[in-house]
Amino acid sequence: MIDTLKRKGGCSSCGGVDDDSRLLGGSVILTKLEAINNWGRKYSFFQYPFVTACCGMEFMSVCGPKYDLDRFGAALPRFSPRQADLLMVVGTISHKQAPILVKVYNQMAEPKWVFAFGVCAVSGGFYDNYATVQGIDTLIPVDIYVPGCPPRPEMVIDGLIKLQQKVMESRWSDYPKGASPVSNDK
Amino acid sequence: MAANLIESIVKILFIFSVNIGFFSPILGWVERKQSALMQDRVGANRADVCGFTLIGLFHPIADAIKVLTKEDFIPEGADRLFHTIAPFISLTPAIITFAVIPFGGQYELFGHHVNLIIADLDVGILFVFAFASLASFGSVLAGWSSNNNWSFLGGLRASAQMLSYEVVMGLNIIGVIMVYGTLRLSQIGAMQADFFNWGIFLQPVGFVLFFTCAIAENKRAPFDVAEAESELVAGYFTEYSGMKFVMFWMGEFLEIVTIGALVTTMFFGAWHLPFVSDQMLLNYFRFAGPNGAASLAIVVNIITFFSKVIFFIWLQMTIRWTLPRFRYDQVMRLGWKMFLPIALINIFITGVVILAK
Repeated sequence: MIDTLKRKGGCSSCGGVDDDSRLLGGSVILTKLEAINNWGRKYSFFQYPFVTACCGMEFMSVCGPKYDLDRFGAALPRFSPRQADLLMVVGTISHKQAPILVKVYNQMAEPKWVFAFGVCAVSGGFYDNYATVQGIDTLIPVDIYVPGCPPRPEMVIDGLIKLQQKVMESRWSDYPKGASPVSNDK
Repeated sequence: MAANLIESIVKILFIFSVNIGFFSPILGWVERKQSALMQDRVGANRADVCGFTLIGLFHPIADAIKVLTKEDFIPEGADRLFHTIAPFISLTPAIITFAVIPFGGQYELFGHHVNLIIADLDVGILFVFAFASLASFGSVLAGWSSNNNWSFLGGLRASAQMLSYEVVMGLNIIGVIMVYGTLRLSQIGAMQADFFNWGIFLQPVGFVLFFTCAIAENKRAPFDVAEAESELVAGYFTEYSGMKFVMFWMGEFLEIVTIGALVTTMFFGAWHLPFVSDQMLLNYFRFAGPNGAASLAIVVNIITFFSKVIFFIWLQMTIRWTLPRFRYDQVMRLGWKMFLPIALINIFITGVVILAK
């Protein structure tokens, strides 16, 4: 069943309705609720800036006048995780910091996305030691990895556009339905 | 009877569509663009429908779709009933106060007397204050029912701040009431037909204090000690997500509009153009016949009134993005030790001038 659905919904930009329209000979225009839903979500990321290290400087630059993340509708920081959609993990996560990150992730209301900003968040970077988490994907699911030490603002914007494409492609069956929180034991 | 009913329904629908349909979504966009302007950025402009971006005007729609489909969260240990009704309590007063604010004069239209105000109460200005005070219940209940320390502190701060500034606001309008001799907002508006009778000339100190206190009453920066992102996470609505959280924002935005409308009505000549009275407008439009003249005058009244309101909305946005925020003790000191004595002196001087006339 799921395979059939996947094969049917191939188109990324219009929520996978092209096949159905062709079957009906173009006599009707079809769209899906998830298309408008995804459209709204991709242009309205309220971020939670989880800034722990030097990448924060580059994050400020992305939000500042020259690169301006607000153009993509993603510049409204909400410091309460309940209201945020996009968890920006900016910088090194030490093992001491890890439970806090997991807690913040679990506190966020669905739908939520995670953005690993910089090589330390992606893989631990050159901090290959006992104190640093080797990539935040060992703790929480990550949607977009942007490496670099620190990443250029252009890379961050590229990552954000990729995330927007990912959101646009997400389907009704992928939407969270009360998934259990990430365990805090690691 | 039927004509009265139709008139009331039309006016209510008009105010509702202007406030809920126009101002509350567009102010989200205005705030973003104003912040972008102040910070030398471009601001939100990428949301597109069929390739058209319309300088970012689709972003409020995207935001609305997102918050409507976001998880509605009620924290563990929270009071579910009060946690749910608190956003409604803080949104309702902002909508309801517009009922007593006049947006035009009184005309004869097709033999029917039209008064451009939804409810012409003789205690209009007290009605506004009664409902503005109710808004503090929303903040306090939101903070208390969330079962969260930061929310609770935010709620306490909100109540302290709103109560303090309501005192000064009340003392300020006493000056206005003394000058115009009425509580009815439509009469206060009608008495400002003469340009030099505008409240700004009769009560200049009152205007400055009232406007400042109104911004403080609305809990926006520079008086955002109740939200206080740097101290209290997000203040009294920390534990709110999705549409309930946005309802607090809608309340805030609609209060901006209400403040603009109140300031316009009491200090900036309400629906009057400078040096142009309603009778002169009717004379200008005499070519259209009596009914046509009245309709055109109504349109001019409404456009004038809302242009002034939009100017004051812009002014509040500019203040919000210009000034750094106050500390909690500074807000209290400003309210009780500076504004309160100035307001009392203002009342005294107003009384002396009225007696000496």
